[in-house]
Amino acid sequence: MHNTRSGRGLMRWRRFKNLFATCVMSLMALLVLAPLFAVLGDLVRRGAGALHWSFLVNLPTPPGEAGGGMANGIAGSFMMLLVASAIGVPLGIGCGVFLSEYGNNRYGTIIRFTADVLNGVPSIVIGMTVYGLVVITQRHFSLLAGGIALGIMMVPTVSRSTEEMLRMVPQSIREAAWGLGVPRWRTTVSVVLRTATSGIITGIMLAFARVAGETAPLLFTAFGNQFWNFKLNQPTAALPLQIYTYAISAFEDWNQQAWAGALILIVLIIGTIGVVRLVAARGTLRGAA
Amino acid sequence: MGTPIHVSGLNAWFGSKQALDNINLDIPPNHATAVIGPSGCGKSTFVRCLNRMHETIPGARAEGTVKVGETDVYGNGTSAVELRRKVGMVFQKPNPFPSMSIYDNVAAGLKLNGLRKRRILDETVEHSLRQAALWDEVKDELKKKSGASLSGGQQQRLCIARALAVQPEVMLMDEPASALDPISTAKIEELIYQLKSEYTIVIVTHNMQQAARVAEFTGFFLLGQLVEFDKTETIFTKPHDKRTEDYITGRFG
Repeated sequence: MHNTRSGRGLMRWRRFKNLFATCVMSLMALLVLAPLFAVLGDLVRRGAGALHWSFLVNLPTPPGEAGGGMANGIAGSFMMLLVASAIGVPLGIGCGVFLSEYGNNRYGTIIRFTADVLNGVPSIVIGMTVYGLVVITQRHFSLLAGGIALGIMMVPTVSRSTEEMLRMVPQSIREAAWGLGVPRWRTTVSVVLRTATSGIITGIMLAFARVAGETAPLLFTAFGNQFWNFKLNQPTAALPLQIYTYAISAFEDWNQQAWAGALILIVLIIGTIGVVRLVAARGTLRGAA
Repeated sequence: MGTPIHVSGLNAWFGSKQALDNINLDIPPNHATAVIGPSGCGKSTFVRCLNRMHETIPGARAEGTVKVGETDVYGNGTSAVELRRKVGMVFQKPNPFPSMSIYDNVAAGLKLNGLRKRRILDETVEHSLRQAALWDEVKDELKKKSGASLSGGQQQRLCIARALAVQPEVMLMDEPASALDPISTAKIEELIYQLKSEYTIVIVTHNMQQAARVAEFTGFFLLGQLVEFDKTETIFTKPHDKRTEDYITGRFG
């Protein structure tokens, strides 16, 4: 067939195949992006109406009373995520370092398996466990309990992504440091971790975004609160909880506010990720691989 | 000043596979010694035994006596970490730290071992880069550019500077130019030529012309054994062993 077809015809056929494949791939990409933009668009359309400055700075009001907001929920979520990150990030990174650098043995296999199972545990079960361990002991629903529940959920994601990122650091980089007489622990901390920093940050952001929207583990831990709370041992409002309560309520204006709350939650998550990325990028050198 | 290396009865294994078989050898100070032989003959394993990098591979171990100056490399009280500060190494593929600037790459050995004095770091970095003939090419972008942004040949000279910065007595070079183009190779060889006045150099090479150009002494390895060790000239002009002659005349390998 190639003998009968002229060179130009063959070229045209190749161009057509190339164009066709490009179109198919672009369509796939659009299909993947479509749900995301549909969700975002719907959120903006429905949520923007209830968004006023008062929504960001006021406490919730009873249904029918105008001017209520979710300021306490925003603050509560922020503090809880801070507690969760303070627990989940160091634990997750430590675990990932162990798995990648020292985990080629039975212990590594066991821990890796445990992390995978933990990743699959329904979030409400984690909430109940923390209820049993922290809330009952403390005799209080609390910000701390909510933070712990979310922190536990961050560990497997952070540790597995840290492990993957560290494994991608070539062995030759470790050898270079050992060859200079740098002790092994120092090599791990100052060379291997540092080389994988941007990947590890991506993993942390993934875990962060995932737990930021969690409602179930907070039901029996942080519980929610109509008022401000800045104490670790008191029940605390959280955006997802408030969205949940408002969305299932029978009041039209609360339903409206739930949409606005969801929009704020998404914006805050995207904003946090953006800020962290910017800060991380500032430390990157020209030409760094 | 360079330090002599004394090797006797050195054996090395990867798991149950023996890679080095009873190596006995004295490497003179302040000279370059080349290690040649076909692939898989144990050349790399041999130099990696001199700074105990061999044992970092899972399942690998070594036995025997290696002395670097007064230091008993496999002695009970010897720390591999401290030994490696004395016995520097340059690897086959340039391996600069990608997350570090050129400056930090060179200073890494000192900084990661706790040295913080700016003046000493600055001086060492400049001196080492000059020794590695890289200073003029990078001096304007020391702290702005990543070590990984340099060309292959520059990267390898950066790695040499990094190894020199910890002020070793011995430099081990495992095929340092095999991934480089001829011009970069020539620069590295020139460098080796100059470094021998201060260091003991052991260089693994596949390239026999390179061995002839840079080294006063040459050891020929085959199947984990040291077949012959002599002045480079002798090895290449009138080797005593038939196997050496076969190899250098290109009859195998």
